[in-house]
Amino acid sequence: MSVFLQTNLGIAILTLLESLAIIVPLLLGVAYLTWFERKVMGAIQLRKGPNVVGPFGLWQPFADAIKMMFKETIFPTGADKVLFTIAPMITFGLAVVAWAVIPVNDHWAVANINVGILYLFAISSLGVYGIIIAGWASNSKYAFLGALRSAAQMVSYEVSMGFVIVTVLICVGSLNLNDIVLAQRHIWFAIPLLPLFVIFFISGLAETNRAPFDLAEGETEIVAGFFVEYSAMTFALFFLGEYANMILISAMTTTLFLGGWLSPIPFAPFTLIPGVFWFLLKILVCLFVFVWVRATLPRFRYDQIMSLGWKVFLPISLVWLVLTAGFLEIFGMLPHA
Amino acid sequence: MIQNLLFDLFSFILLGSAAMVVTSRNPVHAVLFLILAFINAAALFLLAGAEFLAMVLVIVYVGAVAVLFLFVVMMLDVNFAVLREGFQRYAPIGALVALILFVELALFVTGSTVAPGAAAARLFPTPDDITNSQALGSLIYTNYLPLFQLSGVILLVAMIGAIVLTHRDRKRAKRQNLDVQHARLPAETLTMVSAKLGAGAAMPQPKKETL
Repeated sequence: MSVFLQTNLGIAILTLLESLAIIVPLLLGVAYLTWFERKVMGAIQLRKGPNVVGPFGLWQPFADAIKMMFKETIFPTGADKVLFTIAPMITFGLAVVAWAVIPVNDHWAVANINVGILYLFAISSLGVYGIIIAGWASNSKYAFLGALRSAAQMVSYEVSMGFVIVTVLICVGSLNLNDIVLAQRHIWFAIPLLPLFVIFFISGLAETNRAPFDLAEGETEIVAGFFVEYSAMTFALFFLGEYANMILISAMTTTLFLGGWLSPIPFAPFTLIPGVFWFLLKILVCLFVFVWVRATLPRFRYDQIMSLGWKVFLPISLVWLVLTAGFLEIFGMLPHA
Repeated sequence: MIQNLLFDLFSFILLGSAAMVVTSRNPVHAVLFLILAFINAAALFLLAGAEFLAMVLVIVYVGAVAVLFLFVVMMLDVNFAVLREGFQRYAPIGALVALILFVELALFVTGSTVAPGAAAARLFPTPDDITNSQALGSLIYTNYLPLFQLSGVILLVAMIGAIVLTHRDRKRAKRQNLDVQHARLPAETLTMVSAKLGAGAAMPQPKKETL
């Protein structure tokens, strides 16, 4: 068996199984994240949330999915059909592809590559294409406005996100995600780098076009932004993509700042619990904050989003990067790989 | 074996999409094919073992530069009939450039080694024991630090230049000053008046517009 796994075919099959082991729970997670969000928002707004389909409304995601599948996909007049269909696939595909490098436990990643964090950053910077293409291919001015807004927004917030990531890298001395988590054995980076943790999380909200930065949808001004014209499965893919991206950003936050799969309480009974459990628990906490923010904060004005990104986050993350580098250099704490 | 197959696949898509960039009638499609070409080039870098370059190519070109391209091209209303007017006139020059490029490529592809010793004479061969991002970093920040800093300064100058050329303060827009807004007190803006039933109250005049 172990000999077979060394052959090309064996490696291919193993990788396929590993990918399935990530994708299937991810899809289930996405489905139940929609349920979780509606329940939590219901509780915050003193409603019940979905409670009709199944016990506690637990079958609701499947009911929604089946409804979406049986609806008709409508192509608007003058739409670029090929791009119109590709756009949701890009959005959803990228949200799934990024999971290849995320370690859910020690060395449990489909691909434990040297440039893991750069890969994540690259994939998340591609996310903007699904939205721009959707906005342009719809041949609708609302969709186009939404696409332009989100393009500008995502490019802006990526800059400060990049600086935050660089600061973490300076503290770790490696681009490998596994090493990044292991470097947090003594202290989670969320504590010494608290301001950057906050900036990263807020930028994550902006990157995923979530409230209060959901200007790309902005249903009060531009109907539903880039996906006004989408219906049925194409709409469902955008919807799933947004939620998959939320989980991805939560996983990135967990890996970079909250010690990944490491146990928060570093002694016996807690360290025996498998790392996957802690990893999922931390992701769930991040996701709860995502929903909490959406339920409580009003939407930003567009120019305020831009000035927050460029005039507040960028200078703070830059200065903090220089400070961190200087601190590590002066006290001789720079990691030497 | 798999590497060879993948190399063929990626280079095939790369060349195909590069051809489509030139021949697409729709400029938006052209930019999207350009992006596909970039991504396949990054995949080729990966196959060559240059994972850092591959990721940087995706982050910088695909994630930022091409987004701005796409932005501009989508906003423009390009008329191709007008663009093609000068085709006859510029055809000879274009053909010349194409010929030179073709000859260079042909020299390269046919394996005529222009400089056989070049690989051996490389100043810093890639070391085996560290990852290539570390190798690159340890060169850029030691031996090539002045050049690296200089390229940064050049980019900064270009950026400032672009801002100076395009930024105009038109003084038309009403600007929001957050500090002024935060410094306002209720007493400056709000007056409580108890109106008599049926009689109403005179509207107190605001003291000064503070915004």
